[in-house]
This record gives sequence, C-alpha cells and structure tokens, in this order.
Amino acid sequence: MADHFTVAIIGSGPGGLSAAGRAAAAGVSHILLERCDHASDTIYKYQKGKLVMATPDVLPLRSDFDFKMGIREDILGTWDRQLEEHKVNIRYGAEVVAIAGQKGAFTVTLQDKSTLTAEYVILAIGLQGNINKLPVPGAELPHVQYQLDDPDEYEGEHIVVVGAGDAAIENAVALAKQNSVTIVNRSGEFARAKQGNLDLIRAAIEKNQIECYYNSSPARVTEKTLVLRTADGEAEVRCDRVIARLGATAPRKFVEACGIVFPSPDPKALPEVSSTYESNVPGLYIIGALGGYPLIKQAMNQGYEVIEFIRGNKVEPADEPLLKERFKGLADVTVEQVLATIRANVPIFSELNPLVLRELMLDSIVHTPKKGDIIFRRNDYSNSFYTIVQGEVEVRVNPLDDSEVVVLRQGEFFGEMGLIAGRRRTATVVARQDAILVETQRRTMLKLIASVASVKRQMDAIAIVRQIQTYIAPHTPVERLYDMASTAKLRRFKAGEILFSQGDAGDSVHLIRSGSVTVSRRIGGRDVVLSYVASGNYVGEMALLTNAPRSATVRAAVATETVAIDGKAFVDLLGSDPALRTEVEAKFRDRLEINERMERAPEAGSIIQFLIEQGVGEATDVLLIDESLCVRCDNCEKACAETHHGISRLDREAGPTFASIHVPTSCRHCEHPHCMADCPPDAIHRAPNGEVYIDDSCIGCGNCQRNCPYGVIQMAAPPPDKPGLFSWLLFGLGYGPGEDKRLRKVHHENVDKYGKHAVKCDMCKDIEGGAACVRACPTGAAIRVDPKQFLSLAKLGT
Amino acid sequence: MNESVVVYRGFRYLKVATLLCLLAIVLYAFHTPIGQPNGGSWLGYGLGGIGAAIILWLMWFGVRKRRYKPGKVKLEEWLSAHVYLGLALIIIATLHSGFQFGWNVHTLAYVLMMVVILSGSFGLYAYVRYPRLMTENRRGQTLDGIFTQIADLDRECRDVAMRLGDEVNDAVLAAAQRTRVGGGLVRQLSGRNPNCPTLAALKLMQKLAAGPRHDDAGVRKLVQLLAKKDDLLGQARRDVQLLAMMQVWLFIHVPFTFALIAALVAHVFSVFFYW
Repeated sequence: MADHFTVAIIGSGPGGLSAAGRAAAAGVSHILLERCDHASDTIYKYQKGKLVMATPDVLPLRSDFDFKMGIREDILGTWDRQLEEHKVNIRYGAEVVAIAGQKGAFTVTLQDKSTLTAEYVILAIGLQGNINKLPVPGAELPHVQYQLDDPDEYEGEHIVVVGAGDAAIENAVALAKQNSVTIVNRSGEFARAKQGNLDLIRAAIEKNQIECYYNSSPARVTEKTLVLRTADGEAEVRCDRVIARLGATAPRKFVEACGIVFPSPDPKALPEVSSTYESNVPGLYIIGALGGYPLIKQAMNQGYEVIEFIRGNKVEPADEPLLKERFKGLADVTVEQVLATIRANVPIFSELNPLVLRELMLDSIVHTPKKGDIIFRRNDYSNSFYTIVQGEVEVRVNPLDDSEVVVLRQGEFFGEMGLIAGRRRTATVVARQDAILVETQRRTMLKLIASVASVKRQMDAIAIVRQIQTYIAPHTPVERLYDMASTAKLRRFKAGEILFSQGDAGDSVHLIRSGSVTVSRRIGGRDVVLSYVASGNYVGEMALLTNAPRSATVRAAVATETVAIDGKAFVDLLGSDPALRTEVEAKFRDRLEINERMERAPEAGSIIQFLIEQGVGEATDVLLIDESLCVRCDNCEKACAETHHGISRLDREAGPTFASIHVPTSCRHCEHPHCMADCPPDAIHRAPNGEVYIDDSCIGCGNCQRNCPYGVIQMAAPPPDKPGLFSWLLFGLGYGPGEDKRLRKVHHENVDKYGKHAVKCDMCKDIEGGAACVRACPTGAAIRVDPKQFLSLAKLGT
Repeated sequence: MNESVVVYRGFRYLKVATLLCLLAIVLYAFHTPIGQPNGGSWLGYGLGGIGAAIILWLMWFGVRKRRYKPGKVKLEEWLSAHVYLGLALIIIATLHSGFQFGWNVHTLAYVLMMVVILSGSFGLYAYVRYPRLMTENRRGQTLDGIFTQIADLDRECRDVAMRLGDEVNDAVLAAAQRTRVGGGLVRQLSGRNPNCPTLAALKLMQKLAAGPRHDDAGVRKLVQLLAKKDDLLGQARRDVQLLAMMQVWLFIHVPFTFALIAALVAHVFSVFFYW
C-alpha cells in the first residue's frame, strides 16, 4: 500500500521548504518531494558567491527557516542544517509526474512509477524547473548551457551570453574577467535590468570588455559558432560556449494536467489562487513564483501560512502589524477593510494584486485631513503622489485668486505633476471636507509606474489633460480640452535629440512635461542658441500660428518627455477660445522679440549653450562663480567645511569656465537626481525647498557617488576635532578654518571608527540665511541660481 | 547678475560714509574751540571716540570673515561697509587731530592708520582688477591642468634629448628637474624667473638649431617643445603673480593693524594720563 500523508509538498524551494518546516514543527504528517538530489535547486544553480537579496525590506519574515540577505552558499548551508534540525521528511530524486484525485484523497505519481497519497497537495515548483530554451537549430549541442555555476571555472574561452536580464548581465560581467565575452540583446537597450547591473554592463561595453550585439537574436548554433540575425543581416560569432539566460515560464502542461486552469493562453500567464493560496482544485494549493509571487521572502511566508490555512487556523499576513500601524489614524477598521476600500474607491490601484497593494501601502502614509487643512502648497518641493480614498480636495490653481479651484473627488489622484517634472508643486491643495488620503513616496510610485502597465496608463491619460490645462489653457473649461488631449502622444527624447528642425513643417506643439530644451537657429553657418525652455512650457506654436515652416531647431537639453499635441487640434482649440488665442499670441510675440534680441546678442546664447553642456539644464539650483569678482580666497570652501562636519562639499577651482562664468564642482540639485536612482536604504531625499540631501541612514555603498555624472558626491569620514577659531587666531593652534585636505590621507582613526559615508551639498537647508558658500563670499562672486530663471536674456544679455 | 563690493546695494555704505564725513566737516567748520582745533575739545573727543569705535569694528572683520554662523547678512555686505567706513577714517581721524602733527605717539598712531588704509586701498584695487586678468590668463584651464601639460612636455623632451648627446641631454634634464614656478615672495610677485633652466635650455637649442646642428630634426623638435613649455611657464607664473598680488597687501594690512592698536592704546592712555 502506498504511503499516506496529510500534506504532500512538491518542490523544495523557499516556499516548499518553509511549508515543510511549518508542517514538521506543527506535527503535521508531511512529505517534501524534490526532483534533484539537493534542496532549492534554483538557488543552488545561482552563480557561485552570488549575493541573494531579501526584498521587500519592510516585509517581516515568517518561517521556521531563517533567511536574510547573504551569499548563496551561506543561505543554502543554513537551510540544509535546518532541514535536519526540524526533522523535515524530504525525499530527493522524486520527480512528480502526475497528481490526481481530490481534496482528502490525492494520489501523487512519481517518475519511478511509485505513488503516494495525501489529503492536501501544495505545488511549490516555481518556474525555474521549466527554463526557456533557445528555440533554434543546434540548441541541443553540449556547449549550449542555461546556467552558470562558477564563472571562474572558465578561462580563455570565447563565450556568448544570450539575454538581457539580470542573470545574463551578471554572467557576462563575471565571465569577462577571464574570457572573451559577447552578449546578445534582442532589443536596443537593457531595459529590464536593475540599475546596478545596467551600469556594470554599460561600462563593460564602453571599455570593450564585452562585445554587445543589440537588436539581434540567435539563428542557429554550430560546433564553433553562433549565427545571429541582426538588423544588418546575419552575423557569425565565434564561440566555445553559449550561455542562454532567457527566463522561465510555468510548466503549463503538467499544471493543467493536475486540473488547474490558466486565465489566458498567454505563455506568461499564471494560475489564479484564492486568498488562502488554494487553486481552482479544492485541496490543491499553489505558492511561490507559480502563484505570481517570485520573491524568496514572499514565498517563505506563504509556505508558513498555507500550512496554517490547511490546519484550519486563520493567520494574518506577516505585514499585518505594520499595516495596522500605518492605518492607526483611521477609527476601528481592519486592515482588510481599508485595503478593500482603497481597491474599490481608487481606480488607479484597483488592478493591483493584493500583495503589491500591501507592499505599496507599507511605503505610503494615510492622512486624514480635516476640512480646510492644507495638503501641500504651491512651490513646495515635495514630490509624493496622493490618492483620494474618501472625501474631496480643492486644487487652487491661480496664485492670485484662491477662489479659482478645481475640485477632485473620491478615487482621483493629485501630485503627479511634481512627480513627473521633478519640479515644485504647481498649485496649493486643500481638503474640501474631512478626507482620507494616501500619500505614496516618489520612489515607490516610480517603481509602480514602471512595473504595472495599468497604473501608468491611467496616470498618463489624466496627467496629459491636467498638464495641458495647467500649462497651456488654465482658464479653459476642462471638458473642452478632452478632444485635444485625445490626439496627444507622450514622446521621449534623449539629451541632444532633436524635437523638430528649422525648416520642418509645423504639425504639432510640444508641451514639455519633464526635462528642458534649447531653441536655436542657424545663423551664418552655425547654431546660435536663442533660448532655454524649461518644463511646464510649450514650444512649436509659432509655425502653427504663422502657417510657416519651423523657424528654429528645438533640441532636448537633458532627457526630456513631451506631450506632443496635434497641430490641427491645437489650432481648433484656439479658434474656439478667443481669450486663449489672445494669450498664446501674446506669448508668441514675446518670443519673437526675445529671439530677435538674442540674435543680436549671440554671447548670451553662447553662455546658455555652455551652461547646458555642463548639465545645468537639469539643475534646479546651481552654484555659479563670477570669476571677474572671485579673488580665489576659497572662503566658500572653508565656509562649507565649517558648517558641514569639516568636509567641504564643493571644489571651487575644479570645473570649466566660460566668459568669466565658472561652474565649480558642486551639487546642482537635479530635477530627477541621478544619486537617488539606486540608493539601497533610500537615504537620499528632496526637502520641501528643493534641497537634495542624504540622511543618517546612508550605508556607505557608494552607488550615489558612481551615479552622479557631475562628481559632486564624496565618500568621507568626519575629520578629527580641532581647536576653536580664537585658539588658532591668537595662538596658532590647529590649522584654521576650512578643511585641511592633507588630513584625508593621514587620519585613519575616524575612518575605522565611523566608516566612510556619502557626503554632498545640502544647500545648508537647516542653516538660517541659506547657503554658507554664498554668504561667506566676500566679493559677491558666488551666487546660487535656478536655471529656469537664470538662463534668459534678461539675466545674461548684459 | 553679481554685484561687487564697490557698488553693493546701490552704494549703500558709500552713502553712509559720505554722510558721516560731511557731518564731521560741517561740525568742524562751525566749531570754535578754545585755542586752535585739537583732540581735547568736545568735538575732538567725539570724533576720536567715533574713529576708535570704527577701528575696532573694522578689526572685527577678521573674526567675522572666519565665523560661519547662520544669519541673513552676507559677508559681502560687511566688506562693502569695511571698505567705505575705513576710507571715511581718513577724514574723521584727520579732523580729530586738528591738523596737529609731531614726533609723538599720537602722530605715530595716525601714520600707522594711514598705512593700513593705503594698503587696504591697494587691496580693493587688486580685488577689482586682478580676478578678470587671472581668468583671461588661465584661458579656461586650471593651474593643475597647466602643470600636467608641463610634465607631459618634460617627458617628451627627455625622450627626444636621449639621442642628442650630453650637452643637449644635460640642458633638457636641468630644464625638467630644476625649473621652478613661484618661490619667494619677490619671485612670485615678479612673475618671472630670469635664471629659468627651461629658458636656458631653449636658448641653447635655438643657438644649436641656428648654427652647428641646423639639420638635426631632434633639436628642432626640442626648440618647439621647450618654447611651448616656456609659454606655459609664463602662464603659470603670471597666475602665481596675480594671486600673490591679491594677497600680498594683507601682509602689511594685518600686522600694521595690530601695531595701530598698540599705538592707539598708548595714545588714549597718554592723553588721559597726562591730562
């Protein structure tokens, strides 16, 4: 007679292990079936020494097995030890080929034809057991492989890595140390990879350590070559080894044979499960990646929970206490109720799966403003995103008249303009009645927009209308804008890319929603910059108003996103709204005049051009030094060091100079700060006045220093204390005001004691009077400016 | 976009100082002291007290400049006031003296004060004039950048000189190893180095190229390289010179201020002691 268990768990990955651990600890009769001769084959096949992350950081782990961020070997070692300690009943080499029966009486058949019976079955097989193979002739050859254990095993080989995800990049970069490596990318960029890996692969390609074929895919594999289909025809690449990292999909045939239904024929589709992880087959549960939750920690928590569900216990999700804390401002409602309300009331979040919504809420704040409370003010530099779960708010759109308002109701959102443009708030928002609002942090929201298509779609659709209203037609009723908005398209431009050229036909107006552009005209055979246009303005209306070809070339100064509005729709709107037409024409005449004057003052255009080349176009506040006044006393640097723990965050001498304007090495507080992009502890923030600063949670990883294109972040430890000013002034003790750079080399004590952390300019945000560098300049040479205002004829044409 | 200390806030402190001086002159003109005008009259004490207070306040600038405390007032405002109130002292102190000068500690204090004011005036001139010259001389480069180029040229010169015999080799080696930019104060201020080994090597190469080794491509190349290096050295020395000019006056301004204070204390003490 076959062995009988209460629970059969299939797959010993993180989810299966955790389930078996819980079953063992709770005394539930169980068996853990593993196809290989070791547990957790997916992680076992990770690259040797790979750092395994424990994201999401905020989610607590609930499992009888331990898990924290660490290297592959340590994690597997811990689990092997705990398998024995917990007396888990695991059977290796047991590949399941069929599951039949129903709740209470499942029969599980193994590869060796043996069977066992169980009351419940938990499928924790993940996806990696079914990795995608190269779909080309020759894929079965022995030198084609789908995993890489230890990159150091290979030396002096020609290796081709196929794929553009994190695994492919990690493999390629590691192999490139001792081999000649080529990477094959089906698209034109590495869009799916983490920022850190993206930087690695870009740097390696730039330094010719790795050769990259973009827009190419394998055609066939032979003994010594891989033939690629590229944009320019076939190419043959020499290779001793092919490593294909093409991801994995659900083993659909097997899963369907168990009676489980997939919601769509899409090969990437995953089966749906209930809130207790039960599939459409009662008694058959699915956890982990196959159920849509690919993170290790999530899977382990599910393993624990699913056993408790089977035992008839109601368990709260692991993040329940954290969410309760988040929601404690709301009277007497359960977390489940709050989440259900958000889902029901807020369309932009309604398509999120429960786990993603919970994670989102962990990174959000619930506000309960009373009627009349101000949520944020115009010109604040906050950039979080708000959704209205209940109640109403009014957006005061006119700085001169508080009664001109737009009312937003339950389910709508606001704050997206600051999020998109990286600039100050464009309006003041006030609660119109007692309300419940969810405030989501910038980084969380950006991640969500990037990963969930429905969120991006809904947000863009509404944002476009609002941007048109705010920046082009503030007094036109919003209903009249829908037609025009429906013709609008979002367009992205890289720095330096042309929006349109002088002489082109004018067919559209571009509303700049993030980034900035320069307008230039060819005069006497060279490009003369006429103006700099920041986000929140539009360009391209001239040609439409005059019915003539484009009179100038418009180029993106930095990475820029525009709302491209169809020319005809724009002209139609002007036709139907005489007031708007007058406004647009007035602006048009101003521009004509400025262009004329700029043509006669080309030096101002050259300065704009120079500053744009220095990246000032993406700055919100930049330190400039007028060298015709600067006496090189370095008091700015000294002031910076004296007010910032002894380390100067600016280097006056370094940096380029043009027409006596010097751009020192100092933070520009970018619209979309590069330093913020990949900060593991999320320690870099933007203060309400726009200062980008690093808080005390910095771990000293150096990502921000590497990501800053302007070299304004340093890794440093505080220098030792020194005697006061009068001790130096009267008795010559210490080395006087400012930072003594010689100390950096010799003082190891504080480096050992505190470690090095990232330091950068915080624009003296907590110091009365503002930037110390500017206040301490004896001759008025140092100024801080916002390029939006500064890069204009009025400021430069003198 | 930027305002220099001279024109700061529409000459605010020039106006204050002028007003102060006019007031002093008017009072002086209408004042009828017992005997000839002197520091012992009520107006003399008044002007002396104001002058001494201004001197102490001007001295405090040295501390203010190095105290980077929070506050709305910029250092530039202090410097603007420092300049104009310092200049106003010329009139206030002269009127205070009643034009009585002699070989005594009182006149010593007056002379020391004038030295401080004159050196400060040169400082103002330097601050207004030299920054622009310095930028023009730099031609968009940093001093470090210039030195890197010089080091590259040295390496190139030595490679070329290697094959050209001892005489050439020694001269080029000396040019590479013993050329100095800056040095003592006089050297820095002169902006030149008449005994520069690079210049000597250049002259030697020019002589050789014009005479015995006129067909030697290596020598011609060295003329080119050394001439370029000489240019860069000139640029670097000019940079050092201008920076020195902007700082040198402080070596008079500051010590003489302390001497002035000593003399001032003696002056005040003696006036009251021998009264």
